[in-house]
Amino acid sequence: MTALTVARPGLRHPATAGAQRRETFTLVAMMAPAAIVFAAFFLLPLVQLFIIGAGGKDGVAAYGRILTDPRYVTSLAVTVALSTNVTVATLIVAGIAGVFLTRHRFPGHALLTSLLTLPLAFPGVVVGFMVIMLAGRQGLIGDIAQRITGEKLVFAYSMAGLFMGYVYFSIPRVILTVMAAAEKLDPKLEEAARTLGAGTWQVVRDVILPGLKPALLSAGAICFATAMGAFGTAFTLATRINVLPMAIYTEFTLQANIAAAAALSFVLGAVTWAALVVARTAAGSSVAAAG
Amino acid sequence: MTSIAVRLEACAKTFADGTRALHPVDLEFRPGEKVAILGPSGCGKTTTLRIIAGLEMPDAGGRVWFAGEDVTALPVEKRNVGMVFQNYALFPNMTVAENVAYGLKIRGAGRSEREQRVMKMLEMMRIRELAERRIDQLSGGQRQRVALARALAVSPRVLLLDEPLTALDAKLRDSLRIEIDALLRGLDVLAIYVTHDQAEAMALGDRIIVMSQGRVAQAGTPREIYHHPANRFVAEFVGTLNRVPGRIAGDQIETPGGRLPWPRGGSGTVEVFFRPESVTLADGGGQLAGTVTSHFFLGDRTRLVIDLGGHPIIVETVARREFRNGEAVRLDVDPATLFTLS
Amino acid sequence: MRRPGFYLQLAFTLLVCAFLIVPVFMSILAGLTHNYFLGVASGLTFEWVAKVWELYAETIYRSIGIALACLAVTLVLGVPAAYVLAKRQTALTRAIEELLVMPVAVPGLATALALIVTFGGFRDLRTSALFILIGHVLFTLPFMVRSVLAVMSSIDLKTLEESAATLGASFVQRFFSVVLPNCRSGILAGALMVVTLSIGEFNMTWLLHTPLTKTLPVGLADSYASMRLEIGSAYTLVFFLMIVPLLIALQAVSTPRRKKPLPQEAAPGTAP
Repeated sequence: MTALTVARPGLRHPATAGAQRRETFTLVAMMAPAAIVFAAFFLLPLVQLFIIGAGGKDGVAAYGRILTDPRYVTSLAVTVALSTNVTVATLIVAGIAGVFLTRHRFPGHALLTSLLTLPLAFPGVVVGFMVIMLAGRQGLIGDIAQRITGEKLVFAYSMAGLFMGYVYFSIPRVILTVMAAAEKLDPKLEEAARTLGAGTWQVVRDVILPGLKPALLSAGAICFATAMGAFGTAFTLATRINVLPMAIYTEFTLQANIAAAAALSFVLGAVTWAALVVARTAAGSSVAAAG
Repeated sequence: MTSIAVRLEACAKTFADGTRALHPVDLEFRPGEKVAILGPSGCGKTTTLRIIAGLEMPDAGGRVWFAGEDVTALPVEKRNVGMVFQNYALFPNMTVAENVAYGLKIRGAGRSEREQRVMKMLEMMRIRELAERRIDQLSGGQRQRVALARALAVSPRVLLLDEPLTALDAKLRDSLRIEIDALLRGLDVLAIYVTHDQAEAMALGDRIIVMSQGRVAQAGTPREIYHHPANRFVAEFVGTLNRVPGRIAGDQIETPGGRLPWPRGGSGTVEVFFRPESVTLADGGGQLAGTVTSHFFLGDRTRLVIDLGGHPIIVETVARREFRNGEAVRLDVDPATLFTLS
Repeated sequence: MRRPGFYLQLAFTLLVCAFLIVPVFMSILAGLTHNYFLGVASGLTFEWVAKVWELYAETIYRSIGIALACLAVTLVLGVPAAYVLAKRQTALTRAIEELLVMPVAVPGLATALALIVTFGGFRDLRTSALFILIGHVLFTLPFMVRSVLAVMSSIDLKTLEESAATLGASFVQRFFSVVLPNCRSGILAGALMVVTLSIGEFNMTWLLHTPLTKTLPVGLADSYASMRLEIGSAYTLVFFLMIVPLLIALQAVSTPRRKKPLPQEAAPGTAP
């Protein structure tokens, strides 16, 4: 008796099932190391942190208390205001420079571009030191001011210094994003606008800005998130301004108030994460941030 | 190369999303044969090829036989097939020579053996001087040759070609078609081409398998397919076809343009088919009368659209004269070329 | 003739560039000046660089060591993970991709705090450089995965693998001879990014380090706070020497090479 071959279309071939299982197994095995390390050293600790944040005398209410305690509210408000200003300033500065570099070619163009993006991965501490170099007690701006007005101008350790540092480390990244987006703008749209009688300012307003909007939104959100979480610069400037990361650090090291530090970390994480979700939906591009 | 027979038995394919790409088919390929699988996109031709290669598994019950050996469960890398992909899928990280040597290296062939074989393949494809080039330095036609050399280097049991000429421009396609045909005819290997281009299928295949909607519409020699299409789909897909309604009256058939001889008997109303080249312009007399509605001078011939009592037909003529729209013409049709379809 | 707007914008861009680059040169100069308060007139010297080496050589070696270890770990974890994400695009893999990016979104301070409250109790781990390495791996892994994934998604990986399979290559052979070599550019860009970020990481490291596991940026912060300006500057100079070549290489890698034009198609019927 030979078995008749009966086609059973729609049913998976037994060998197919085997092959697919093998492939799935291989893929799971390849993902497993990253997944395990990530779960053990990131997800689990975050959960632990959350529990500890709720483990103080106030319990889960600790998270709510952050929003009522004037100390923390001020800190949060200051950080948000600073980050917003930094974002707006950086977008304007980097937007102009980025569009300019995309639309014009001239000798030294490549060098200028790479110099502008060089500080991309400078850590916050080094950026802080750059601010000291510019606006510190022996800084360039102070020297120049002294020569002109006879009075030394030192603002590195104030809000202005912090603002300067945050703009410093945001510029390279925003320029890169703006340039990538401006590269994709169709120059014909601008030509079309010009044939219709639009002046320079009208072209900027009606053609260039709308074309760059997704990139600007995305870059702005990343810039905002990075400024919210930046710690190294504030630390180096040893500023008395109580930005949120400094508040967390102080609670943790000086007050040994781990619960408050944990709760504040969570609030900070939530704000930056939300900003980055905005970035992602605005442009769908990759998120980049530096230390 | 040792050529083998390949047999598909009740092979169907249903994808994970439930679409049925292939209804159960039985197909047989003889050793050394050159077969073209022809059909529009989505007809299941590529799926059939991928089932033979082992890149897809047939649904339960389907079996693939290589020379009497059931290879259904044998993974692709163990089947020893040669495949030329539509976009060639050459490895960009390797030179031309390394691409061709890849399969030999995988099989553990020694260095000198590899080099010899690679040189032989490159010479056969007439691209010896490209050996050290990178893939991105090659033109489309050169890539095609490398892909073929790579597939043949491992002496495959069966050579599979997925739309091998589609990515090339028309002129290059014609010359490469002739070259590939001559080359493969010299090799004793079963070659199966998948194509949507009927001219390519006719030129390359000893046999053509026409597929439609996941089923085999007809299998046969190019002449059988062209002259005796088994059904309307094949008749319309392969070549240009004229169709006019007719009524059989004894040994004649009445059409809107006049009466044609009809030696095949039967009665009642039918649709009668014929190819453009079966029609000749009659100087005087002629079986049919029509009016030229448009004309296209193609250089070697002129294509005419002629209205036969409200039914347009296409006629090609080599007559070196000009045509005018509205001009009345008389036509003869070779009665042996007339056919009807059930 | 360029319009005046061009020069206005050029001047603005040069000003922005000066804002970024002038302090870099100032700090380099300060690190090489005998007494910065008196200015360059006080003479150029390597004494501060030598002093930095004497005080902080250990942190430099440690940072390099951690960066290389971090690179090794992210390669081993990240490249296979990117392959899976490229191969299977399901709701699950997309969720994993999102999760993997979280350590970049969550401030380093919070991640470090989470690590400390969870694993700080393990004294041997807490006091070793391994603890810092864990933080760096979390932070840099997304960059490796994204960089490799970007390249994998841009090439027709599936067909290349199928073509290797028809030529007899097993999964492992395909992965090493076809998949990895064709993702070289992504792996290289990812590797440079990982090393650069690891060497400069401060936010997490400041909380994770112990007096015996100081890294370069931790040392920098230390020198800025407690040493004279010249030493901080010289130390920064050493840091620039390490990181600027990496950043330049990164720029070179991420600028797409211009494709050479295809040679003319062969004339019909003739061998090219």
